[in-house]
Amino acid sequence: MRIKDHPILSFPEGKTVEFSFEGKTFIGKEGEPIAAALHDAGIRVLRHSPRHNRPRGFFCAIGNCSSCLMVVNGEPNVKVCVTPLRQGMKVEYQKGKGDINAAD
Amino acid sequence: MRQTDLAIIGAGPAGLAAALEASRAGARVILLERDDWLGGQLVKQTHQFFGSKNEFAGMRGVDIATHFSEQIEKDENIQVFTGATALGFYEDGVLTAACAGRMIKIKPRTLLVASGAMEKMIPFENNDLPGVYGAGAVQTLMNVYGVAPGKKVLMVGAGNIGLIVSYQLIQAGIEVEAIIEGASHVGGYWVHASKIRRMGVPILTNHTILKARGQEKVEGALITRIDENWQPVPGEEREVSVDTVCLAVGLSPLAELLWQAGCEMEFSPQLGGYVPIRDSNLETTEEGIYIAGDVAGIEEATSAILEGQLAGISAARKMDYRIEEEKVEEIKANLETLRAGPVGEHIRQGLANVER
Repeated sequence: MRIKDHPILSFPEGKTVEFSFEGKTFIGKEGEPIAAALHDAGIRVLRHSPRHNRPRGFFCAIGNCSSCLMVVNGEPNVKVCVTPLRQGMKVEYQKGKGDINAAD
Repeated sequence: MRQTDLAIIGAGPAGLAAALEASRAGARVILLERDDWLGGQLVKQTHQFFGSKNEFAGMRGVDIATHFSEQIEKDENIQVFTGATALGFYEDGVLTAACAGRMIKIKPRTLLVASGAMEKMIPFENNDLPGVYGAGAVQTLMNVYGVAPGKKVLMVGAGNIGLIVSYQLIQAGIEVEAIIEGASHVGGYWVHASKIRRMGVPILTNHTILKARGQEKVEGALITRIDENWQPVPGEEREVSVDTVCLAVGLSPLAELLWQAGCEMEFSPQLGGYVPIRDSNLETTEEGIYIAGDVAGIEEATSAILEGQLAGISAARKMDYRIEEEKVEEIKANLETLRAGPVGEHIRQGLANVER
């Protein structure tokens, strides 16, 4: 959900881009973190933990904690909290610790 | 290999202030920043700073970041690398960083680590559920990107960050169910606490969170009153209906590079964790390695700016650039004023154990 009215801050409209998450198409703002666009779309679960299969969301949002690792354009272990969104990005859940050989 | 006088890791308030101060003395500076912008966590701070003698009192953090960035961009002594993550600092004095998919190597005459801090976590059931966020993450999401973290928030921690972020949530149109605080008193400034209470948000001291509810994401939380030994009081448990639990339970210094560089470290509860031993000019036990900001001990942005100035000018002096000694004394006096009084007591205690 986007914040519409704010007494102090204004959020630039920005360029809208399309991206896919698990095969479905979503829209977000170009350059914002992928996690922000997913959060806006109501998606809270970004991956599942490798051992206990626990759902994981984002936590620190500054690229420290590794809670938000996803597969982006085939590349695993991308920190989506600090990776800017671009037109046509393909975002997927990561299985386990991620397979580097699966990258395009 | 790039040569420079001073390499600075981190372009938050400390790193920015240090770069300008060192450059003013004539030093050439390389400034490395992991994010794609300058300012660090200042960019998410929408509240006005109130300082004592500090020139930035009355300005909002986000505007201070812009102010610094503009000066840095104009400064020909300072070379900035954004999107650059420092990787290591080695025995031969070489600093490595990953930048735009490549590794860069820098050999600086002096080094300033101003890497900041990261959010602490507290133990409770389901604390890994999506919807349990650090206060910094909540600020980033709503203040930088304009996305609401949730509809209804339980804030854990009534220090300044917990209070300020609660106020910012309300500004963004998001409901704050309550602020809970394990200690028997509000840790942050009363001016913030009063503002929150006037808006109808209860601040429950002697309270903690026992578990977050929900399967795939937060759907509620169980909180309880605790006694003076921090044990739950039977019969004082209560369910709250929230979709977000925001943790504002403190920060710990991001000191990995200092460990690697061989700096002598000391655990300081008052300063947030392991911090380097330093002298009164913020030089560590490794000659030529300086520290400033939260990595030197958790405080806030104003002290980070002053520490940055002190470390920057001290590094310049170390390399025999001409500096004004009165300026050093002035910065130190400003820091002392900032840390005076009851609010700064734990900082003074912490520093007394790590300053040599």
